[in-house]
Amino acid sequence: MIQLRVNDIDRSFDGNPDMPLLWYLRDILGLTGTKFGCGIGLCGSCTVHKNGQAIRACITPMSAAAGGQITTIEGIGAHGLHSVQKAWMQINVPQCGYCQPGQMMQAIALLAATPKPTDEQIDDGMAANICRCGTYQRIRAAIKVAAEERA
Amino acid sequence: MNPITNASRRGFLKGLAGTGAFVLGVRYLPGMAVPEDLPAYRTDADLATLHPSVFLGLNTDGTVFMVAHRSEMGTVIRSTLPLVVADELDADWKRVKIDQAIGDPRYGDQNTDGSHSIRSFYDVMRLAGATARLMLIQAAAEQWGVAPSQCNTGLHAVVHPATGRRLGYGELAMAASKLPVPKKEDVQLKSKTAWRYIGKGMDSYDLADICTGRAVYGMDAHVQGMVFASIEHPPVFGGKVKSYDAQAPLQVAGVHQTIAIDPFQPPCAFQPLGGVAVIADNTWAAFQGRKKLNVSWDNGPNESYNSDEYEKELWKAARQPSKVIRTHGDVDLAFAQGGQIYEADYYVPLLAHASMEPMVALAEFKDGKVTAWAPSQNPQAAQDIISKELGIPKENVICHVTLLGGGFGRKSKPDYVAEAAVLSKKVGRPVKVVWTREDDIKFDYYNAVAAMYIKASLDAKGKPTAWLQRSVFPPITSIFDVNAVYGDPGHLQQGWTDVPYDIPNLRVENGAAKAHVRIGWLRSVANIYHGFAVQTFTDELAHRAGRDPVEYLLELIGPDRRLDFKGVNYPNYGASLDTYPWETRRLRQVTEMVAEKSGWKKRKLRKGAGIGIAAHRSFLTYVATVVEVEVSDDGTIKIPRVDTVVDAGLVVNPEITRAQFEGAAVFGTSVARSGEITAKNGIIEQSNFADYAVARINEAPYQTNVYIVDSDAPPAGVGEPGVPPFIPALCNAVFAATGKRIRELPLSRTNLGKSS
Repeated sequence: MIQLRVNDIDRSFDGNPDMPLLWYLRDILGLTGTKFGCGIGLCGSCTVHKNGQAIRACITPMSAAAGGQITTIEGIGAHGLHSVQKAWMQINVPQCGYCQPGQMMQAIALLAATPKPTDEQIDDGMAANICRCGTYQRIRAAIKVAAEERA
Repeated sequence: MNPITNASRRGFLKGLAGTGAFVLGVRYLPGMAVPEDLPAYRTDADLATLHPSVFLGLNTDGTVFMVAHRSEMGTVIRSTLPLVVADELDADWKRVKIDQAIGDPRYGDQNTDGSHSIRSFYDVMRLAGATARLMLIQAAAEQWGVAPSQCNTGLHAVVHPATGRRLGYGELAMAASKLPVPKKEDVQLKSKTAWRYIGKGMDSYDLADICTGRAVYGMDAHVQGMVFASIEHPPVFGGKVKSYDAQAPLQVAGVHQTIAIDPFQPPCAFQPLGGVAVIADNTWAAFQGRKKLNVSWDNGPNESYNSDEYEKELWKAARQPSKVIRTHGDVDLAFAQGGQIYEADYYVPLLAHASMEPMVALAEFKDGKVTAWAPSQNPQAAQDIISKELGIPKENVICHVTLLGGGFGRKSKPDYVAEAAVLSKKVGRPVKVVWTREDDIKFDYYNAVAAMYIKASLDAKGKPTAWLQRSVFPPITSIFDVNAVYGDPGHLQQGWTDVPYDIPNLRVENGAAKAHVRIGWLRSVANIYHGFAVQTFTDELAHRAGRDPVEYLLELIGPDRRLDFKGVNYPNYGASLDTYPWETRRLRQVTEMVAEKSGWKKRKLRKGAGIGIAAHRSFLTYVATVVEVEVSDDGTIKIPRVDTVVDAGLVVNPEITRAQFEGAAVFGTSVARSGEITAKNGIIEQSNFADYAVARINEAPYQTNVYIVDSDAPPAGVGEPGVPPFIPALCNAVFAATGKRIRELPLSRTNLGKSS
């Protein structure tokens, strides 16, 4: 039996410990804000936090999530919009929006580690997250807005 | 209030979203009778008190329901067309609720492709809003005992200026609903100065849902009792299953069964590809079970398809005389008369869409009817193919449209929706088909591979006196006709038939090419390769003549005129040439403006940098783009700045339009840097973002500045037209920076480093 905490709720899982966290979140818990994009950790659509660190849920087996505090996009905004979500709305970042939960989760982790990121630090921090619609310049702008907001 | 209103899909979604157990598409509660004289599925607009059009309805509480019948894949069309209705209605946007239409011919065309949603429905939406507004005015005038002409509307209310009386729309809904719907000719549209939203724009209706993870994409669709399916498709196009292990997948916990899906009957069109499906309790179990299928295939004739050899054949074919598409003057005579001859060959490979959301669909077959939920650009086509596959009437197929996690043309082809329906019938439960990224890359409808040849005869100043261009590509029509080898007018027109230059002798040709994979339209389609060839060749000629590329381009565009297509099959994107003439003035203006905005001549560039220009009309929109590139000694490229000027006629939603052109620059970057799909022995060699790379934040343009020309011309496209000029502008910039001319894409084929 695997024990973990998802968005501040204790959960237990007795299925295959090799099952990626992504499919546990989506198919079993119904937390569909975390997206499936590539399945091999290349696109970042499935980015969630484990103990505050950004991880790729599609390549994180349940055995590795065990004991962790998992936060998804649903958990980030549970008590009012996060500054990153507000910035995303202010700058009108999303187009199709499918990758954006992952982008925001990555940006939140980036800002936690680097509160005032430079362009280069944003590029480094966000390069693992693909947006096929091409919203990158707005993502960069929104991260700067969120950084100001938090300062 | 009609009690059924509360059972709307949106109401259900919102109500249950918090529980984590979504129920989609429940229009009628169990036991609730569906009135026979109404369509099988009714929107909130249909059910509202006042509903003079299929596109809107007004309730007595003042809520306005708008129907979005086009699919939302990031262009914000789901909000922008209702915004046009709201403007003519003088509605308060805060009181508008948007309901997504199912596939239903009563809305007209719903295939959200070709950048024509605004163009085709702008007038329709204005009329819908203005009709309702007139009815509300008439209802108020009757109550006040005054002439309708003495009344006006303010925000969400009818006013009588002479007495200051005012009635809100909700208060008038019932009375207005008793009036006859006025005739079109009696309805007056607002003047431009009275526009409230058009030209000013609005955020996406879905912005907050998207930013909080609540938005429902096809991947997120859920109904009770559903199972998950993953399908092993034939690795070679047209292949068939010989045998497979039906038992081994059942060893995976959660796997229920394996099901063979019949191969398609050529032509493939939108039929499922066939293969073997694994049905399971969850997506991952289905993926795992699939690995144990051990399918043996009969690959069929396309097994001999190799991109290397095919490419050589295309290059060769582009050098052979072929079918004439457009001609004036006498190119052969001009070439024979001497002068300097300049010629070049260009190549663009197959491209995949790679939308962030892979193909996915949920369908339930029950009592001879199908209900599907799909991220589809084309729900009516989904109805068609499901009806054919299952042998049931089209009316018995309901296709709900979720949000799309990107589309780019791929999701206009509903093969994956049909798969879900076919499987649901066999399983007897709702089935959600989930494609992996590998499935998405390997079983796409690819943008055609193309080879192009251009030859010009030049005068002493380096200006062309004769111009021959020939393109060869496997046509999209091959998916509907196995014998099709020539481009159809709808795709030849895309930056090829309509080469806009002022040259006395011109001939445009198209050669034959057979398809060995499914070919389909992808954002900008044939404009991608045609624009690349024409705009690169133009830059080559400018440099050859020692001329400034902008001045040279303007000279080729020539005097202001309307292009004459007499005797030429030029569909003009389905629009009339009277309403949407091909005006060289507009191409000239965007070119001049982008030169100015980008500081073309004045720009100080860093070492290793260069700038390039290109101009192109597609989807009735005129675009000119200047790209700055920096190439490091090891050949790595960076794109610090892009300037794009857009003349799309009237623009309803400017901020959203700018975003489309920012995105187009990134899409173009992906095509140019690394976009290449290849086949070996008929099998696609790429599989995921490792070998089909798309631009990331550190590779995409750092800053794209978009300038929209203030225009009263009728509205044209904005989703696609940004891509075609970007790619040659980038490649021309690479030439300016390195002296290396890019004639084949992607750039990864060329070593741009100093050492080469």
